[in-house]
Amino acid sequence: MVSVTLNEVRKAYAGHPVIHGIDLEIRSGEFLVLVGPSGCGKSTLLRMIAGLEEITDGTIAIGDRIVNDLSASQRNLSMVFQSYALYPHMSVRKNLAFGLGNLRMARPEIERRVAEAARILQIEELLERKPRQLSGGQKQRVAIGRAIVREPQLFLFDEPLSNLDAELRVQMRVELASLYNRLGTTMIYVTHDQTEAMTMATRIAVLNKGRLEQVGTPFELYNHPRNLFVASFIGSPKMNLLQAEVGADGRAELAGLGHLTLPAGITTRGKITLGVRPEHLVPGGSDGDLELPGKVSLVEYLGSEVFLYVLLSTGQTVLAQAPGNAPFRKDDPITLALRSDDIHLFDAAGLRLERAQA
Amino acid sequence: MTDATLSNTSALASQYRTLKLRRARRAGLLKHIFLIITSLIMIYPLLWMLSSSLKPENQIFGDLSLWPATFEWENYWQGWNALPVSFTTFFWNSTVVTVLSVIGNVISCSFAAYAFARLEFSGKTIWFALMMMTLMIPYHVVLIPQYLLFLQLGWVDTYLPLIVPRFLAGDAFFIFLMIQFFRQLPRELDEAAMIDGCSPFKIYWAIIMPLSLPAMATAAIFSFIWTWEDFLGPLVYLNDMKDYTVPLALRMFVSQDSVSQYGPMFAMSILSILPIILFFVVFQRLIIRGIAMSGLK
Repeated sequence: MVSVTLNEVRKAYAGHPVIHGIDLEIRSGEFLVLVGPSGCGKSTLLRMIAGLEEITDGTIAIGDRIVNDLSASQRNLSMVFQSYALYPHMSVRKNLAFGLGNLRMARPEIERRVAEAARILQIEELLERKPRQLSGGQKQRVAIGRAIVREPQLFLFDEPLSNLDAELRVQMRVELASLYNRLGTTMIYVTHDQTEAMTMATRIAVLNKGRLEQVGTPFELYNHPRNLFVASFIGSPKMNLLQAEVGADGRAELAGLGHLTLPAGITTRGKITLGVRPEHLVPGGSDGDLELPGKVSLVEYLGSEVFLYVLLSTGQTVLAQAPGNAPFRKDDPITLALRSDDIHLFDAAGLRLERAQA
Repeated sequence: MTDATLSNTSALASQYRTLKLRRARRAGLLKHIFLIITSLIMIYPLLWMLSSSLKPENQIFGDLSLWPATFEWENYWQGWNALPVSFTTFFWNSTVVTVLSVIGNVISCSFAAYAFARLEFSGKTIWFALMMMTLMIPYHVVLIPQYLLFLQLGWVDTYLPLIVPRFLAGDAFFIFLMIQFFRQLPRELDEAAMIDGCSPFKIYWAIIMPLSLPAMATAAIFSFIWTWEDFLGPLVYLNDMKDYTVPLALRMFVSQDSVSQYGPMFAMSILSILPIILFFVVFQRLIIRGIAMSGLK
């Protein structure tokens, strides 16, 4: 187990910056997920930690050693790639043993480690097969096996589940989580899938356009997003955002929808954005601080729950979540109730408005 | 839908299927006839040479039929020993030059291609452009400067001018062929190998090369054919008959001063193309196996 420290890490391609000075401390034994939309620089950052990409500026330390000038193999880490990157001409056994052979490890030790990894990942019967004879899930297991045989101090995962179908992805997610619990090694995991991020991470780092937006536990990110980007990126379905203006009386006026008293401790003036998660818009509710009348424009039935797309009188569509047995149909008139304690507030610059400490 | 309508539709579908099958058969037949005729036209010179290698001298140009009236197997024996030096020597010489050239070409060109396809070095674009430009220079343009260079080095009348350049990645065609192939291989394989502790050479040797068998086999086949049947190179650099390769030796059957021995010449010509066919058959399997192996996902 080892910690990883990124200090003012920058990356530019031909003078064009893609990573803008990232400071991040990944604690020893932590499962940190780097998440963000496509092109946000999360894979680039991971590859810089791996030593596959040069660092334009700043330092990366693994443990207490700065690794900027060390090659990938000298960093004592393993990486699982999106496309598995199994050597097609080698059997599964050779794929697993290849890296250990390069370390000039004794043959009995190589065999022991390969057998152990195969046992953990339940791929013992696949050892003599070539990668082309494996299914997607089996390939993924072998790729993970190749990473764990080295017994590295750090695991890196670059969107390892994105080539799998939905069912297998869920299964592998559980297996990866149990592998993490078993090994306890520091893991850095890149994904654009926030479900993966939320379910597996001990902490999540949200990246956007090469900048770190927020680092925190899944709970912190979901319940206390630092800015509008994190608020709208974390959570599926997305948070509803409504524009409002806070007047001199300290109440927020939502144009055409009414007034809302801000939660205690928040004092602001002018334009703000009000965020509310779909589960906090209660259809047919009457005990809210604000009621939003509208019409159901679309119903998405998911069994245990139902998502209602509601067209408000202002022309804006918001999404509300209701239990699966809720009796709403398309074109039904509806009233959504929201409580001021459930809302997230962001100033004109998109930063979260926090309650003043008592 | 009523039963009568269903029955009518079914009959129509059956008629359509029969018609379609008949059309497909007719098209297939026409296609095969065309291909057979074209193949015969293409293979006729080879068959004629084979037939002529078994005909008596007086029938070769007098009788255009492919089936010899009498089989002159003697042509092969005579041809083998017709010249002051036996064809055993010529075949051995050709084998030495060709095998070394193929090895040199495949190794050196794949090294150069790997560098262009995977490594970063200063002036890469310029070097690549220069390399591609050499594709456009005809061999005859560089023949005299090359001859003078090898003369200065004292290499004329040896095999060195025919072999050494092959080890110096001198054939841009093969380099380009391999670059294109290497570029198709996912870079993640290289990166996985880097994390597994491979140096650039080890990545080439353990990962890229085994996955590039189709490109290597293609380069080997072309290199073999072009070197084996090369006439100009040996003609320029080899003066002693003992050093002659097969194409030079074949030329000696045709003489302006005396009567040419066409029967033995065709017999030796037939023997001279056998190694090419054999090499092609062996390495063609490698191409197919290589393609099957590089199915990455």
